[in-house]
Amino acid sequence: MSDARTEVLARIAAIPREPAPEPSRDYRVSGERSADEVVELFCTRAADYRAEVVRVDAAAVATAIVRILAAHGAQRVGIGPGLRSEWRPAGCELVDESALDVAGLDRLDGAITGCTVAVAETGTIVLSGSPEEGRRALTLVPDLHVCVVMREQIVELLPEGIRLLGPLVRSEGRPLTLISGPSATSDIELDRVEGVHGPRRLAVVVAG
Amino acid sequence: MRIGLFVTCLGDTLYPETGRAVVTVLERLGHEVVFPAEQTCCGQLHANSGYPDEALKLVRRFESIFGSYDAVVSPSSSCVGHVRELAPELAPRVFELSELLVNRLGVEDVGASFPHRVAYHPTCHSLRVTKVGDAPLRLLRNVRGLELVPLERAEECCGFGGTFAVKNAATSSAILADKCDAIEASGAGYCTAVDGSCLLQIGGGLERRSGGVRALHLAEILAATESA
Amino acid sequence: MKVSPFPAAAEHELANVQLRRNLRAATDTIQSKRARVVAELPDWEALRDAGSEIKADVLARLDELLVEFETAATAAGAHVHWARDGAEAGAIVARIAREHDVDEVVKVKSLTTDEIQLNDVLATAGVRAIETDFAELILQLDGDWSSHILVPAIHRNRTEIRDLFARTIAPGIVSDDPADLAEASRVYLRERFLRAKMGVSGANFGIAETGTVCVVESEGNGRMCTTLPPVLVSILGIEKLLPRFDDLEVFLQLLPRSSTGERMNPYTSLWTGVTSGDGPQELHIVLLDNGRTRVLRDEVGRQALHCIRCSACLNVCPVYTRTGGHAYGSVYPGPIGAILTPQLIGIENASSLPYASTLCGACYEVCPVKIDIPRVLLHLRAEAVRARGRSAERLTMRIVGWTFESARRFTLAQRVARTAQTPFARGGLVRRLPPPLSGWTRSRDLRAVAKTSFRSWWAGR
Ligand code: SF4
Repeated sequence: MSDARTEVLARIAAIPREPAPEPSRDYRVSGERSADEVVELFCTRAADYRAEVVRVDAAAVATAIVRILAAHGAQRVGIGPGLRSEWRPAGCELVDESALDVAGLDRLDGAITGCTVAVAETGTIVLSGSPEEGRRALTLVPDLHVCVVMREQIVELLPEGIRLLGPLVRSEGRPLTLISGPSATSDIELDRVEGVHGPRRLAVVVAG
Repeated sequence: MRIGLFVTCLGDTLYPETGRAVVTVLERLGHEVVFPAEQTCCGQLHANSGYPDEALKLVRRFESIFGSYDAVVSPSSSCVGHVRELAPELAPRVFELSELLVNRLGVEDVGASFPHRVAYHPTCHSLRVTKVGDAPLRLLRNVRGLELVPLERAEECCGFGGTFAVKNAATSSAILADKCDAIEASGAGYCTAVDGSCLLQIGGGLERRSGGVRALHLAEILAATESA
Repeated sequence: MKVSPFPAAAEHELANVQLRRNLRAATDTIQSKRARVVAELPDWEALRDAGSEIKADVLARLDELLVEFETAATAAGAHVHWARDGAEAGAIVARIAREHDVDEVVKVKSLTTDEIQLNDVLATAGVRAIETDFAELILQLDGDWSSHILVPAIHRNRTEIRDLFARTIAPGIVSDDPADLAEASRVYLRERFLRAKMGVSGANFGIAETGTVCVVESEGNGRMCTTLPPVLVSILGIEKLLPRFDDLEVFLQLLPRSSTGERMNPYTSLWTGVTSGDGPQELHIVLLDNGRTRVLRDEVGRQALHCIRCSACLNVCPVYTRTGGHAYGSVYPGPIGAILTPQLIGIENASSLPYASTLCGACYEVCPVKIDIPRVLLHLRAEAVRARGRSAERLTMRIVGWTFESARRFTLAQRVARTAQTPFARGGLVRRLPPPLSGWTRSRDLRAVAKTSFRSWWAGR
């Protein structure tokens, strides 16, 4: 008996197939909106899927975060080891997530991260495991995720975002998480319920 | 223009009045209509049931009978779609009635008068295969006295599907029941379409319910000159 | 495996009024959501073209791309396995579980694992697979099975779910508010996520260029299963590949809009081998054939392998929306099931499925990767006829064909039919027909053969 790999590949190789033509790509790959419109669109779309969106000056990020944490009653908050100091809120306990195991993450009230890129048309933020974003579990186990998006990180269309992410995957194999609103299920009579296993609350701070 | 009429096997046998109506409309507009007596069936039944070889034979036969006409017209959009696909050379000259009138002859008012409330059911094949677009609606809007009423879920199938209606009778009937509900709820006195086979299904369902609503082919409405 | 004949199975399902009502309400909602978000994109048709053409390219180069995927994934630290069939794939997963001394795994909803009945295989090996998708959990708790690709419990309403939870994971629960029901499942599963030693997933896409695996989901259970346990096994049908990372820019637009009718689903996870200190440190990928190469052999039918399991075709199908998924007798219901199942398991084992369609074409119109489902259905009907060999139907169709080949014979047949109908026809209508045509007259009258056919009217003009 030959091994499965050899056999599956042989089965395929034995099938006559014409080479397929180069796929057409006549869809939009770059947006036409102005920078302001793109930011506007991102905020609307993210809010559409029930993310809580606040827009602030770059200098006011930490204050905005303080307000969000207070509103949600979050005390112990996890951060990636590289979260920039000017975003770190005062008046709460910040815990470096790299020191925590899963049970430790489960005891956090929330998490604060940056992001790698955001897509306006779909209201999506993308995390890629940078020191400012932490491990994937940081934005999964705690019930509140506060994500800071800088204005210049927002692109209009998904293809623009994907093309920025490609190099990170190709050269560093970075894990990616695309997040569009808090976790949700529509399994009961297609009624959308926010918050199942992932964070039930997603707050997006758009800076700049 | 010399127009060959393909009346379809079902139309010839079960509802000849539809074919007669096509003749009335086209002659009223001054065209010469010819019914080649050699015609039988386009082969759609066989194609849809898994007998492509028989289907192809019948399409070839169709081509040899209708090949010499300026235009071929049929009151069945699904037969037209089937012929177009299997006889690409003939395809540009084969029309469903409303297409012929609106797109080829440029006529939207055929001088008909039909003072009733009518619901139009866009059949699946007229919508997605033959793609007659809004040609039937344009014609209906120009019929004197006719009130076009909207139909809920108009674009949903009536459940006919050829042998499906018999092989999967229970499912076909369930789909039909919803279509009949929608037609009856529309307040129309008549439901019209451009496929005799779907009208056979819808009409059969409506008759069985005895709700007083009737199925009527578009051609028959266009041929009508009833006064109010 | 053989699926039971569709007509009878459908009739059984049709009798369930609650099911029909739930199903109709759900498919209506999802269908209109889809239509709304699709209409938002000016380039939807261009995306469909790209999606369909990329998939055609994948099938044309499948062997080459699989090797490329394997090389890239291995280089990134994953272990790649190959499985000719479901049993082989199941054995691989069971072996990995045994090696790690695991008796419980958490699992993300995956049609591929349902297809190979992985949970049963694992159970035999003493491993309990916990379904973590909300709907799958409901079905697992109730010993039921999926009736929809995307919303597996689409046939269940909130009260039924509340009663089930009260009997199982949440004794005493009284509310049937979806939010409370979701909370109950959150509490029940959280503990299991946090203690899980091994996760099992399917995958929506595998990227040949980079060896990346992609899982698209809503609830976060997918993220839980693919990031928390130290060991992760993902089972990938070999057709799930995309050549390049950038191809995601097409498919991550097509899939969410077609399936849940959202611009983007809440979570999409992409991992490329092992990331030190983040997520599972031992990764396995099982590449599964299980009939797919057999589908590939069929030049017309192979487009079924383009499918990205969005379920848009189900929601618009006049047949599926009445019968629900169980009537199709396999994990792949609806129009895609009608063309995929017979090809995966052999037409002789599912010969009624290609006929479970009115050929209305609504499926083709919405399919994001442009699978010409009606065309494949016709192709498979011809295969079914061939596989059946001699039959009464074939004989009838031959005779009918022969009749149609001559106008004289046809005219004669019309005359015979007119005479034959006499005992049944009244007032131009036939109300009851003998078998095999009795199905028609169950719910419909039939127009009787006209007294004067069109041709005799014409001849006498
Ligand atoms: S066949 Fe097309 S529409 Fe149906 S599930 Fe597959 S991709 Fe979606």
